[in-house]
Amino acid sequence: MDTLYAFFVAPFLDIADSPVFFIEVVIGGLSAGVMYSLVALGFVLIFKASGVFNFAQGVLALFAALTLVGFMDWGIPAPIAVLMTAAVMVVLAYAIERLVLRHLVNQEQIILFMSTLGLAYFLEGLGDTLWGSNVKRLDLGIPEASFEIQGVLLNQFELVAAASAATMVAVLAVFFHRTRVGRALRAVADDHQAALSVGIPLKSIWVVVWSVAGLVALVAGIMWGTKSGVQFSLSLIALKALPVLILGGFTSVPGAIVGGLIIGVGEKVAEVYWGPVLGGAIENWFAYVLALGFLLVRPQGLFGEKIIERV
Amino acid sequence: MNLRKLTLMGATSAVFAALFSTAPVVAAEDYMVLPSLVYRTGAYAPNGVPFANGVSDYIALVNARGGVNGIKIKLIECETGYKTDVGVECYEKLKKEGPVGAAVFNPLSTGITYQLIEKTWVDKVPVHSMGYGRTAAADGRVFKWTFNFPTSYWSQASAVIKYIGGQEGGMAKLKGKKIVHVHHNSPYGKEANPTLKILAEKYGFKLTLLPVDHPGQEQKATWLQVRRLRPDWVFMSGWGVMNQVAIKEAAAINYPMDKFIGNWWSSTESDVVPAGGAATGYKGTAFHGAGDSWPAHAAIKKEVHDKGKGAGPREGIGEVLYNRGVINMVYTTEAMRTAMGKFGTKALSGAEVRWGLENLNLTAARLKELGLGGFANPIKISCQDHETNGPVRIQQWDGKKWVFVSEWIVPMADVVRPQIEMAAANYAKEKKIAVRKCDGSD
Repeated sequence: MDTLYAFFVAPFLDIADSPVFFIEVVIGGLSAGVMYSLVALGFVLIFKASGVFNFAQGVLALFAALTLVGFMDWGIPAPIAVLMTAAVMVVLAYAIERLVLRHLVNQEQIILFMSTLGLAYFLEGLGDTLWGSNVKRLDLGIPEASFEIQGVLLNQFELVAAASAATMVAVLAVFFHRTRVGRALRAVADDHQAALSVGIPLKSIWVVVWSVAGLVALVAGIMWGTKSGVQFSLSLIALKALPVLILGGFTSVPGAIVGGLIIGVGEKVAEVYWGPVLGGAIENWFAYVLALGFLLVRPQGLFGEKIIERV
Repeated sequence: MNLRKLTLMGATSAVFAALFSTAPVVAAEDYMVLPSLVYRTGAYAPNGVPFANGVSDYIALVNARGGVNGIKIKLIECETGYKTDVGVECYEKLKKEGPVGAAVFNPLSTGITYQLIEKTWVDKVPVHSMGYGRTAAADGRVFKWTFNFPTSYWSQASAVIKYIGGQEGGMAKLKGKKIVHVHHNSPYGKEANPTLKILAEKYGFKLTLLPVDHPGQEQKATWLQVRRLRPDWVFMSGWGVMNQVAIKEAAAINYPMDKFIGNWWSSTESDVVPAGGAATGYKGTAFHGAGDSWPAHAAIKKEVHDKGKGAGPREGIGEVLYNRGVINMVYTTEAMRTAMGKFGTKALSGAEVRWGLENLNLTAARLKELGLGGFANPIKISCQDHETNGPVRIQQWDGKKWVFVSEWIVPMADVVRPQIEMAAANYAKEKKIAVRKCDGSD
């Protein structure tokens, strides 16, 4: 009886009793969700353009952050180091297309997925060799102080992260829907051969999309690296993006954002109000439960494309 | 059976006998194998690398000076990535390495230690889980092959509560205080919980346990709960990225850093440097010194690094985890030296090194001789006590370096030891282990 009360009644009484704290939990969830969305966006970009789940996206974020800190450690000013890192990510995209993807055109998607798996391990090893495995501080001067409004705690860094995500989504939305390259990307995603037959240069499209995913990874790497220091566990942030993708859909940029926010809020509320009943540390698995719950209703995710294949 | 067959069998037997009888002679080379289970890669590499470097450099120093009483040590690293299954593979691969097998295993992981405990009974190789692993292993009557000196998670927890009591103006003042234990959601992170619960009951403080899942990159929910609880003190048992994020999250909710104490795996340079100025004032426990101001460090620089044999960057010498690797190897090599006093100067088997560990008496004078005077507390191990209830100190990050802010705090043996003995007795009963008498016969 006590357990039932603790599970079905106490959390709601708690929320009603301290609404300001509940708002704080929701805001905390939204800010965490934005961080997840930053990672999920990179996955969505590659998937939209090639139908491939890019296992290396988390490692791309790590590699970008490592490179950025490495440049800054050489005494290069932060803005120039960011530009140089962006250039490295573009070169990396070119190399990936040239050395990996070009040889796998029209292969099964699982083959492409496996190649990203190998790429992840290669980049992790390369990053370790080039920049070392110690924890590095990343300080781009983003303010990190907290302040209260009406008793609700807000953090400057989290607001900057939210603004970055919003800007990125706006830019990507314009890129996909208003530019020739964006439309070509969507065509390639639908059918490699059909896209080639109408003159869309598949190889350069892949370079473009991996470059954009690399730049998104750079932003994600900066945000997560500032938060936790740049270290190899950064590659594990990909795990936080998976439930977001399941929920938001693998092909939707807005889905990555909305999915991230729902997962963020859901897991924080669950952890704070139901965690103590279940022994705590439930947020990781709860995110997947939440995403799977959505799948039962919408198998394609919130914003994913409904695919009907006739046989 | 005719004469020819008999002759042939006799000759064959003689050849086999000769082959096998000569084996020990061939094997009796004068070096010992010391496996080093490391994690230089993966999510926990920032912690694993400096420790492994400390281990490697100290053994290089010992070898540069001729070895332990002239017997060289062959250090063999095996990469575990802090993964329990891989750690067990390393153990299986290395346990019979060298002329007489591995001398001792230092798993550097509570998870791996738990898996090795029962294997060592069969393989007769000791495990030294220095300040980690199964706390009940402190009872040497049950855990003959496992050692966890100089102190354990339970002793540490009691020392931290003692320190907090002192800061609050006496243990009686703990009544009604709120203490939160933010811990890694793993056997390691949970290890201090039973002791903290007992102490909460004894001293009347309110204890809240907040687990954080691996790897701990996102802790918003945890620290929102801390903000709501407004605890008087936060104690943390974290590892890897969890520590850095926790310190930043604590700063983000404006939690006073001088009321935030990490355990000895949560108070290293890797934990505070990424947080920058926000980490200033953060405290942690320690059972050895920080910095490179001891003569042993100077010797490592001169006799190892200057000769191009250093394992890592020169500036890493003296970091907290580097020093932990050094003190671990001091215990190991001194145990070998002790064992040689009984078994002779030769390559020692695991069983002989176990005896050395159990009879180790590392005095202040000997530490000074080793160039580490005052670096760690003197220690004397016995058959009954494989931990020694060793004292800990509290150190504080001043923004640039760790500084001791307390004297050595002796843990509450009256609370901890009965719990250890009870847990060990339960383990012995469950596993049907004959409890040793410790009268020299076993």
